[in-house]
Amino acid sequence: MSSVFRRGHDALFQVTVALALLFAPALAMAQEQAADAAAPAGMDEQINQMFADSTGWFVTFIFSPFPGTSFPWIVAWLVVAATVFTVYFGLIQFRAFPHSIALVKGDYSDPNDAGEVSHFQALATALSGTVGLGNIAGVAVAVGIGGPGATFWMILAGLLGMASKFTECTLGVKYRNEYEDGTVSGGPMYYLTKGFAARGLFGGRFLAILFSIFCILGAFGGGNMFQANQAHQQIAGIVGDYPGWITGVVFAVIVFAVIVGGLKSIASVTEKIVPFMGVMYVGAALIIILMNADKIGWAFGQIIDGAFTGLGVAGGLVGALIQGFRRAAFSNEAGVGSAAIAHSAVRTKEPITEGFVSLLEPFIDTVIICTMTALVIIITGQLAMDAETGLYIVGENGAIQTVTGASGVGLTSAAFESAFSWFPYILAIAVILFAFSTMISWSYYGLKAWTYLFGEGKFTEIVFKVIFCIFVVIGAAANLGPVIDFSDAAIFAMAVVNIFGLYFLMPIVKEELNSYLSRLKSGEIRKFH
Amino acid sequence: MSAIFVVGYAEGEDSERALNFALERARKGDAEIRLVFVLEWSPYSFLTPDELETRHKRRNEELARATAVVEPVAKKATEAGVKTETIVRYGHAAEVLCEVARETGAVQVFVGRGGSSSNLATRLFGSVSGALVQASPVPVTVVP
Repeated sequence: MSSVFRRGHDALFQVTVALALLFAPALAMAQEQAADAAAPAGMDEQINQMFADSTGWFVTFIFSPFPGTSFPWIVAWLVVAATVFTVYFGLIQFRAFPHSIALVKGDYSDPNDAGEVSHFQALATALSGTVGLGNIAGVAVAVGIGGPGATFWMILAGLLGMASKFTECTLGVKYRNEYEDGTVSGGPMYYLTKGFAARGLFGGRFLAILFSIFCILGAFGGGNMFQANQAHQQIAGIVGDYPGWITGVVFAVIVFAVIVGGLKSIASVTEKIVPFMGVMYVGAALIIILMNADKIGWAFGQIIDGAFTGLGVAGGLVGALIQGFRRAAFSNEAGVGSAAIAHSAVRTKEPITEGFVSLLEPFIDTVIICTMTALVIIITGQLAMDAETGLYIVGENGAIQTVTGASGVGLTSAAFESAFSWFPYILAIAVILFAFSTMISWSYYGLKAWTYLFGEGKFTEIVFKVIFCIFVVIGAAANLGPVIDFSDAAIFAMAVVNIFGLYFLMPIVKEELNSYLSRLKSGEIRKFH
Repeated sequence: MSAIFVVGYAEGEDSERALNFALERARKGDAEIRLVFVLEWSPYSFLTPDELETRHKRRNEELARATAVVEPVAKKATEAGVKTETIVRYGHAAEVLCEVARETGAVQVFVGRGGSSSNLATRLFGSVSGALVQASPVPVTVVP
């Protein structure tokens, strides 16, 4: 036992050194700059510069295009995988859709299991980790750069992504660890290790370690800094501009209180409000869309035209496609492996049922909620258009000019404001709550990866949680550009490892699927209600 | 075969009153008692990832705690001459009591009336006894 802990501590030390090395050049550079500059730059600028310098190489690698093209290999990687799973499982996302709904409703739940985690609860928790700023700010970024056409590719990516989610969540439940005290731990690190061993393949452990490292970075990036950043932008938009690190410190203190101090009440209150916020957001979007019912046809025309011609956006068709796919993947996390961690806790005798339930996630997240945001932005005419040519006006930075000059969450806010003047306040509250619940979810995902690497124990857990809180401050202070790039890069790096593993493990899922479907057909598996 | 009475039980005086009332009737009519302890639970509530992870463990703890509450009560009742069995279940209290009444073929359900029936929360959301009276398949006795 003690040797396990020692090994954990040694490894922990090594990673701390590695992290220090990663940021060391940036620190040195920042100090030099501070010394050189006659007037020292503001704290926000320093943090931003440091951050951009230290993560640039990683971002460049993940988003490097295929030689001779502008198409990033990572986008192809995700889409090809989602397509492969879709074909391999015979359009499972459409075939199993009605059964998935029945499972969530509890039609197939054994009444004797009441009191255990239900399918609905696992889905709701996983959703509150993914529904968030990706749906509000991320979509605005996609439409702002890629034009309305990005929406089409986003929906397509969402539909295909349902098959990826199905695959990873089935494996998450099948290969989770169940401990004697009844707690469970699951996720890609477990199915990569155990699943590879079950198939007699080597390298599962290596992939699991690699995944865990990227998962920790993803937790710091998309699950943390991006959230803090956009929450700050939202608050600053209402109360006026002020330094980001202040928001960061406030958020960090609250997150610290919850994940270190064990203030469970804050987390559970958020967890209860977030679904209502989500429903309200979709409701408001629907009202705005209905108020502009005459433009719905036009908006869809823009989406379809833009998808295949680009309507003058930077990069044309490919530009729209890349933005759409990128933001969809960031929003619904299909193929990333994070949801498999949340879904593993469900109580079921059939791992495949959790796969069925999880495929609803990209549908709700991307096909419904993201599309609502995009439609509202397009329909309320936020994007500046050249009246003569019918093309969008692209600014110097490569993004489409907006009527209000806003981007990211500001653009979504402006779109809703044009219909309801008071909506930015509601949206601000929603953004803060979404940001917060996503942070809590990702702190958990990150922690699971961290404890997989370093072993469970109070000390190792505290170290992770403290670093997590530090990144909240960095995220709120840095600019959107570097933060969003790093967030995407880290989350996509998870997908590289996870999907690679899924290709080897998908026959196991197929076996489960065939067995389950035949028993469902023969009546062996039947409804309880 | 003797008749079966279902008694809803939770910690508190009102449950004691309901049980005593049912015991009296059971003794006269030679009936058995099923003592039902309901752990309030909805499969549609929202949980944090942490809660998901520890749910199974918590459930075992909750069941153990509930059993520890009802078992001694049932034993005492049995020793006093009325055969009493316990049932611990998750769900909505009124629904579970109806369910148990149906399954056991009970002839009557007994519950205590908790708190004052005039408070605002009860007016707005209804009470367990109120819901039970409306949905029960067999006669219900609410013991004040």
